[in-house]
Amino acid sequence: MAHIKFDSVSVEFPIFNANGRSLTSRLLEAATGGRLDRDPDGRVMVRALHGLDFEIVEGERVGLIGHNGAGKSTLLRVLSRVYWPQLGKAKIAGNVTSLIDIGLGINPEATGRENVFIRGALLGLSKQELTAKFDEIVAFSELGDFIEMPVRTYSSGMHLRLAFAVSTVVRPEILLMDEWLSVGDESFKHKAEERLTNLVDTAKILVIASHSRDLLEKTCTRALWLEHGQVKMDAPVHEVTKAYFGN
Amino acid sequence: MRKSLALAAMLAWEDVKQAYRRSTIGPFWITASMAVQIGSMGVVFGIIFHTPLFEYLPFLASSIILWSLISVTVVEGCMAFISAEGMIKQLDMPLFIYSVRVVIRNSITLIHNIVIIPLVFLAVGHPMSWQVILLIPGLVIVIANLSWMVVVLGMVSARFRDIPQTVAAAMTIIYFITPVMWQPKLVPDSQAHWLLGLNPFYHLLQLLRLPFLSAVPTLENWLLSCGFALVGWAITALTFKKFGKQIAYWV
Repeated sequence: MAHIKFDSVSVEFPIFNANGRSLTSRLLEAATGGRLDRDPDGRVMVRALHGLDFEIVEGERVGLIGHNGAGKSTLLRVLSRVYWPQLGKAKIAGNVTSLIDIGLGINPEATGRENVFIRGALLGLSKQELTAKFDEIVAFSELGDFIEMPVRTYSSGMHLRLAFAVSTVVRPEILLMDEWLSVGDESFKHKAEERLTNLVDTAKILVIASHSRDLLEKTCTRALWLEHGQVKMDAPVHEVTKAYFGN
Repeated sequence: MRKSLALAAMLAWEDVKQAYRRSTIGPFWITASMAVQIGSMGVVFGIIFHTPLFEYLPFLASSIILWSLISVTVVEGCMAFISAEGMIKQLDMPLFIYSVRVVIRNSITLIHNIVIIPLVFLAVGHPMSWQVILLIPGLVIVIANLSWMVVVLGMVSARFRDIPQTVAAAMTIIYFITPVMWQPKLVPDSQAHWLLGLNPFYHLLQLLRLPFLSAVPTLENWLLSCGFALVGWAITALTFKKFGKQIAYWV
């Protein structure tokens, strides 16, 4: 059962190298971004998320919107169990895959074949699963014999196609994305679109951060509008986009 | 757990392979540079210490190779979390895999280097006897010790960025005060207790080195090394429990 429940979750970052008093006091008044504060020891803290309360159940497609620095990426990291909130409780049930950086782990010196296994292992796939899906991954990426060449010899398009083909093999219960992935030229884009839609459809919960109204309205059922690390609005997607983007 | 260890091993193996790529003699660089270092130091220090090569070279070869396992693991352990920032911030993986990766990587390097030891023994005609099997329990205890050091140092280094340099400097000093290139028997008995006995790295090194030199490590070597591991792991467990969840914020 995939399920997410946040109970007044707050996340603060300690900033160890910010000591300038005058600078920080000015930063405290910064209009956008997370709030800056000092902890009792006098260290500067960035409050990235503050008192989040929400619940996401199976079948929901949640879009995250908000200005840069509103806390979208931090929230995605809490959802991927990377950041543990200092305050409150974040209950995340179900296996999570984050497609925020699909190139993570790809080593340019290694061949395409080796990278399929490296990238796949980082996504939690076993060697057997990858061996079974290897041909399909190569076929999809349209790399042909280049799969035996070091990735540094690839064009940036080929590089992306490889990362995309491997990263979309997973079938997680909870899928996290930062903007929709779009790769390649026109013909590949179409194929990729289809594959990604399929991946998104099989996920039980999707959380996607985006600045695109079209995408949010097309993909999501619900949207969370974050501002200064707090939820400004949590409602069906059309209501939120209307409020956020205007008519 | 098994999956995490397999991932750590894969990352470690990739690190080692990375060093070989596009190099003609590949893995042999590790072995060759170590062999040259031992050969040249052996001749020079053999003369300085007035020790015949028959005795000094086997000592030095086993010493340096096993010491480099200890010191390089400790120094690289400081970077375990810092250098894995990208993965730590995106993957929901137990953090210990990044520490295990460092230990496995250095164990692979040890396998490259350890072949030099029997070759040196053969070259100078020095015998090796049954005690060499004691290397196995010795390695288990040393690796148990290195593992906790790598976890603690990785954690402290992520928070305080001066630690990696401090540790690197400290390991250089420890290299000189530990009998790595000089033989422990050169220390007068009256001074041995504080100069050698109080140095945990001396005991760890003895566990690995004596089996090659046809000797059995003393009970003191075994007990202190085990005790060091137990105390170390207790400290590690407590620190990790308290601060483990903050590592992602620190890197």
